Amino acid sequence: MQPFSYERAEDEQQAVAMASSHPEARFISGGTNLLDLMKLGVERPTHLIDISRLPLARIETTENNGLRIGAQVRNSDLAAHPQVRSRYPLLAQALLAGASGQIRNKASTAGNLLQRTRCYYFYDRNMPCNKREPGSGCAALEGFNRMHAVLGGSEACIAVHPSDMAVAMAALDASVETLSADGNERRIPLAELHQLPGEDPHVETSLAHGEMITAVTLPPPPAGRQLYRKVRDRASYAFALVSVAIIANASGGRIEHARIAMGGVAAKPWRTRDIEQALSAAPASARTCSEAAEAALEGAQGYGGNDFKIPLAKRTLRHTLATAIEPV
Amino acid sequence: MTDSMNEAQQGAIGQPVERVDGPLKVTGRATYAYEHIDGRAPAHGYMLGAAIAKGRIAGIDTTAAEQAPGVLHVMTHRNAPAQAEFGPPVSAEVFTRARPVLASDRIRYYDEPVALVVAESFEAARAAAALIEVRYEKEAGVFDQEAHLDDTYAPEMANAGNETDSAVGNFDEAFSTAEVQIDVTYRTPYEHHNPMEPHATLAIWHGDEVTIHTSAQTLANYQVGLANTLGIPAERVRVISPFIGGGFGTKLIVHADTVLAALAARVLKRPVKMALTRQQMFANTGYRAQMIQRVRFGAQADGRLTAIGHDVNSATSNFEEFCEQTAAFTRSLYAAPNRLTRHRLVGVDLNRGEWMRSPGEAPGMLAFECAMDELAERLELDPIALRIRNEPDEDPERGVPFSTRNLVACMEEGARRFGWEKRRATPGQLREGRKLIGYGMAAAIRPNYIGAATAKVEINAKGRVTARLDMTDIGTGTYTILTQVAAETLGVPLSAVKVELGDSRFPLTAGSGGSWGAASSGTALYRACLAIKEQILELASTHAESPLRGIDLAQASFIEGRLEVGERHERLGALMRRIAPQGLEAEGSVASFRDSESYQNYSQHAYGAHFAEVEVDGDTGEIRLRRMLSAIGAGRILNPQTARSQILGGMTWGIGAALMEESHLDPRHGCFINHDLAEYHVPVNADIRDLEVVFLEERDERANPFGSKGLGELGVCGVGAAVANAIYNASGVRVREFPITLDKLLPGLPAMEA
Repeated sequence: MQPFSYERAEDEQQAVAMASSHPEARFISGGTNLLDLMKLGVERPTHLIDISRLPLARIETTENNGLRIGAQVRNSDLAAHPQVRSRYPLLAQALLAGASGQIRNKASTAGNLLQRTRCYYFYDRNMPCNKREPGSGCAALEGFNRMHAVLGGSEACIAVHPSDMAVAMAALDASVETLSADGNERRIPLAELHQLPGEDPHVETSLAHGEMITAVTLPPPPAGRQLYRKVRDRASYAFALVSVAIIANASGGRIEHARIAMGGVAAKPWRTRDIEQALSAAPASARTCSEAAEAALEGAQGYGGNDFKIPLAKRTLRHTLATAIEPV
Repeated sequence: MTDSMNEAQQGAIGQPVERVDGPLKVTGRATYAYEHIDGRAPAHGYMLGAAIAKGRIAGIDTTAAEQAPGVLHVMTHRNAPAQAEFGPPVSAEVFTRARPVLASDRIRYYDEPVALVVAESFEAARAAAALIEVRYEKEAGVFDQEAHLDDTYAPEMANAGNETDSAVGNFDEAFSTAEVQIDVTYRTPYEHHNPMEPHATLAIWHGDEVTIHTSAQTLANYQVGLANTLGIPAERVRVISPFIGGGFGTKLIVHADTVLAALAARVLKRPVKMALTRQQMFANTGYRAQMIQRVRFGAQADGRLTAIGHDVNSATSNFEEFCEQTAAFTRSLYAAPNRLTRHRLVGVDLNRGEWMRSPGEAPGMLAFECAMDELAERLELDPIALRIRNEPDEDPERGVPFSTRNLVACMEEGARRFGWEKRRATPGQLREGRKLIGYGMAAAIRPNYIGAATAKVEINAKGRVTARLDMTDIGTGTYTILTQVAAETLGVPLSAVKVELGDSRFPLTAGSGGSWGAASSGTALYRACLAIKEQILELASTHAESPLRGIDLAQASFIEGRLEVGERHERLGALMRRIAPQGLEAEGSVASFRDSESYQNYSQHAYGAHFAEVEVDGDTGEIRLRRMLSAIGAGRILNPQTARSQILGGMTWGIGAALMEESHLDPRHGCFINHDLAEYHVPVNADIRDLEVVFLEERDERANPFGSKGLGELGVCGVGAAVANAIYNASGVRVREFPITLDKLLPGLPAMEA
């Protein structure tokens, strides 16, 4: 860990002002990911701005009957919130499938979205990694890549985004609200927050330096069943090999609508809007589910160790979708 | 006085006594090595490891690190104090040989220490270490065992004094002519011990003597090993290790933390402490090597084995050999007239492999007991019936009788309690919804050892007892067991006994390892207590102040804190004040099993049978253990609570080995790439649902005075095979490459109806 300075922001404006005056600054909240990476020298901020005590820890109903989740709401509080449990059970399921109780008690909503990949090579400073050291190469491409991306990867990087929560939020059509030092507020659809690696895997989000997430908003949930299915190597405290978030409704033998997002397969939560459109009014049948699963993984590419993720994701998606559209 | 503790008059032995060190641990008062404070504030060391796996240091620039805030000293091979040479790859003094660090510009393995930074704080030392610039001359290394099988060689010996090969009859002929043949190859991965407490040392010099507060299983190995490294007499090294946060075999010999702390403390004339990080432990503290095992059975159609073959090819370090005795148990487990076991090695450029809980049986039984399951299926025999059919009358290779052997009873009683009859012989038959359910079993065997040990016991004028040994309690319950032994033998309450361990100034023991702690230290302490009883009786019948003077004490007994003879009884404290107000002390000892006639004349092992029920998700292939039962035949159980904990821990290890534990060696870099506990998976609470332990008690009077057998490792042996066999029974997919993760199962899973 290299030496750094630290200050605590009293309000949002001050936080973003502090950030804009330090080009090497990072926001810190729960620190469950950032501190680990700093200890390893993977993250090397010279300045930390503590935003954990900003008054952004409220969960409130919005005017259009959606939900506004403050950026500093802890993961465990969010999972336990009555509105989340009753109206957005997908989100509660995803949150509780992630990390451990201790980590969820510390981790913030915005921090969860902005956590870094768990790629082994990213974590070891002796290894080439374009995300950690642009231009150094990707050791995972021909290395140990069991956990890595099968969709949206590039020759520069095949890391995956490890969040469960973000996958559920993607299916729920969430947006993030941000604040910049110039006072600018903007709203970014979650689908546009994370970026695919391309040639610049070190650029992970569409946020500018110093731009701070203040909230995540959810529109009212669509009708239908919400299911989060996480497949992992052990029963708890393991990142998803693949995960599937589904919101679907069927009646009279037809799917009315369906939303699908996948985790563990790409550098961002993987929403499949074209497939969702095709599912609308499709027969609620096993065949429909199989075809959707095949389509969702179209173009998927394995790199050896992670080849299994392609059939695994298909099987998981097919069964989870089938469960979601089962007659009540 | 007899040398056998037949009865437990006092009710101290055999009782589920809660661990006596428990309150200290749960209240944070048990001080571990890195927490120890002794006089001056220590300086903190941080080790920088090599970024390459083989080659040499071409240049190293420590200027920036030396000038960094708080830095006291930077040590590299250029300024490290002189140390003894490391020596050849094979040494008889494997436990105590010199293990120099920062001794040359050579890099022998990835993350081998290239520099030590000592600073006023851990953080300052770590930050400064990142400023050191090292230039390397990289050389090609060998990391891929499979790609270098042409370079296989036979070692002189396997670990723990086991012969490299064994052969009985004519295996090749018997196998090739057998009615039924099984010829299967299993692969097991690199694994790491990962105790909760990392390797850590606080070193303090007083003149030319050094005191080492560390986390050690066997103090004498650390004492002599460090002395040999530093080139000083062992008497000038004191090792203190009263509490250990897990060992599992990775704390049997000195590692870099101990050597570097001692070197730096001497240079700085100030206490220095250092701990390895979790990541550093993967490269620098030993591991279980990757192995390829070929198991061959020749059998008659009725299930009788005619030939048993077990060939092991293991990776080993090029600069220090370690040959795990993976096929050694095969020599004692089942009967067959023709037998062949062989250990072979392929050198790789890694640090030395080490003893990891249940060395030999842990990987060996994974392969062997799965192969037995394959044979049972081929023969259409129940796996238990197959094993009973091949139960030997005597040790099949040594030709000596078993001391006691309760394997058949463990299998039968375990099967009854587990509900084994619910198992379907044909795999893939049991389903609950979309879950495939399967049952599996495996046998367990583990040698019973005893190590040389001496104990000293004192009794003071109040009748209070203090026992001292350089033994360690690595979380197994040694403090508790020894308290029970002294209380039982001397007839005093547990509260009157204090056991002091973990100081090399105490009498020498064999430490904790090989499941021999309770037997070795317990026997020494038992004999010391017998000796002190003799002294008390002698004084009681002869001392001028004794109220029992002149009375024949041949039939006297020590019970409930009193000395009783006929109608008379005297409280021990009152008696001691009269006959020995200065207190009494005595020693007792036991010799190594190698010098024991009983060990030469009998085959001594503990046994067990494990039963597992698993579910496999028919869609995703996820495997979850539902429940497990282990029936254990390990002689007399000294403390059913600590014994049960040992078996539960072992079972958890076995489950991990079957399902998830694996250190991934990147052959391009020679680096274990998943080197932390987020990515090196061990079972978590949610993986361990319902474990049951059943003890089938017996007395093995040939083992030791208690009739007990070691069981700290038995719980691991065969567990993984029981889980693997259950997975096969559930899914019909036989995976021969551990761990069995879902990606290996997925291609073979039966189709699920939508």
